[in-house]
Amino acid sequence: MISRILVEDVAIRRGERLLFEHLRFTVAAGEAVALTGRNGAGKTSLLRAVAGLLRPAAGVIRFEGVDEAAEARALALHLLGHLDGLKGGRTAWEELRFAALWSGGSEDSAREAAKTLELDRLLGLEVRKLSAGQRRRLALARLIAAPRPVWLLDEPLAPLDAVWRARMGELMATHIAGGGMVLAAVHDPLPLPARTVEIGA
Amino acid sequence: MKPLLTLLSRELALTWGRGGGALPALAFYAGITTLLPFAVGADTARLAVIAPGFAWLALSLASLLSLERLFERDHEDGTLDLLALGPVALEAVCAIKCLAQWLATGLPLALAAPVAAIALGAPVTLAPLILACALVGGLAFAFVGGLGAALALGSRRGGLLIAVIVLPLFAPPVIFGGGALSEAAAGLPWSAGLALLAAWTAAAVALGPLAMAAACRNAID
Repeated sequence: MISRILVEDVAIRRGERLLFEHLRFTVAAGEAVALTGRNGAGKTSLLRAVAGLLRPAAGVIRFEGVDEAAEARALALHLLGHLDGLKGGRTAWEELRFAALWSGGSEDSAREAAKTLELDRLLGLEVRKLSAGQRRRLALARLIAAPRPVWLLDEPLAPLDAVWRARMGELMATHIAGGGMVLAAVHDPLPLPARTVEIGA
Repeated sequence: MKPLLTLLSRELALTWGRGGGALPALAFYAGITTLLPFAVGADTARLAVIAPGFAWLALSLASLLSLERLFERDHEDGTLDLLALGPVALEAVCAIKCLAQWLATGLPLALAAPVAAIALGAPVTLAPLILACALVGGLAFAFVGGLGAALALGSRRGGLLIAVIVLPLFAPPVIFGGGALSEAAAGLPWSAGLALLAAWTAAAVALGPLAMAAACRNAID
């Protein structure tokens, strides 16, 4: 079980441009952290670096409680980015079921997640026929369909209406109450008590 | 093991969504097979001589067709990120994608190859060897092709680039398979060519995923 994520002296460079350096913070189990910063400050890049998809120019990102970062990334991480990886031509259920089985969940947990996000009636639809908000709910359902402690979220609430923003706040609160961690890049405040880390300040 | 099977079944389902599964490759294959007699003349004796080699070469070209979308779609829509954070190494993911590509297009093409060769006048006795070459070689074409597709990630006109990267790497298997076929047609021992083809396939299957995963990591960085 991961007890803490440590971002130590991390610098990220995209092409020639240095986005930030000497960034240091931790996310402990049971904690939500909101990453803020202007457009292009490097929030998305930092999330991708934590997920191991992007190599920092300097510094290390460690996961306390597991032997290797690769193990944490293979078994304990959910990343929800701008690109949701949903295939337009497949049905919502096919996509949710795959994501659940791929990330260590089961068909039952996928069905449970669909119920929680009120997607039951949409499961038979092709993903391309969903509205932006419904599509985002489907992507968020993947977080619940497979229990993984670390949620890396990039603008998770952007297409959601006020009701669903509040509901997501409750779901995140439940997640961290169970020892999970949330690291979310946001422009609006997260709908739950969260520590803020500003990037590029 | 279970996540890999889940991924394989998804990939197989997606090959249909990505462009009709084997149908375009088969149609292309049937098309150029039909065009050959128009190009070289309907002299059956001459056609019979070149039929096995032509069927084999055309197979390698037909297996290039759907490669462009093998990784490109997943890269564009973020699926590759999801797969990279899965329970198995990216190398295994790449191998599964190539395997699905072979099952979806290589296998139907391999079944079509002896039919095409015989339709052009090749001796029926050659059909089993053509099928064997097409099955074994098709696997190499899928894995080498996957490497080209991964290297071309993120480039514009990737399809053209894939062909340029991959065709030189297709030369050895085409030579080995073609050698086996012409030896067999001449009544000589042909097992050496088939063995070399199998060796090339084994190398492509073993090493291809390592290179593909590295290329994918580079593309999502």
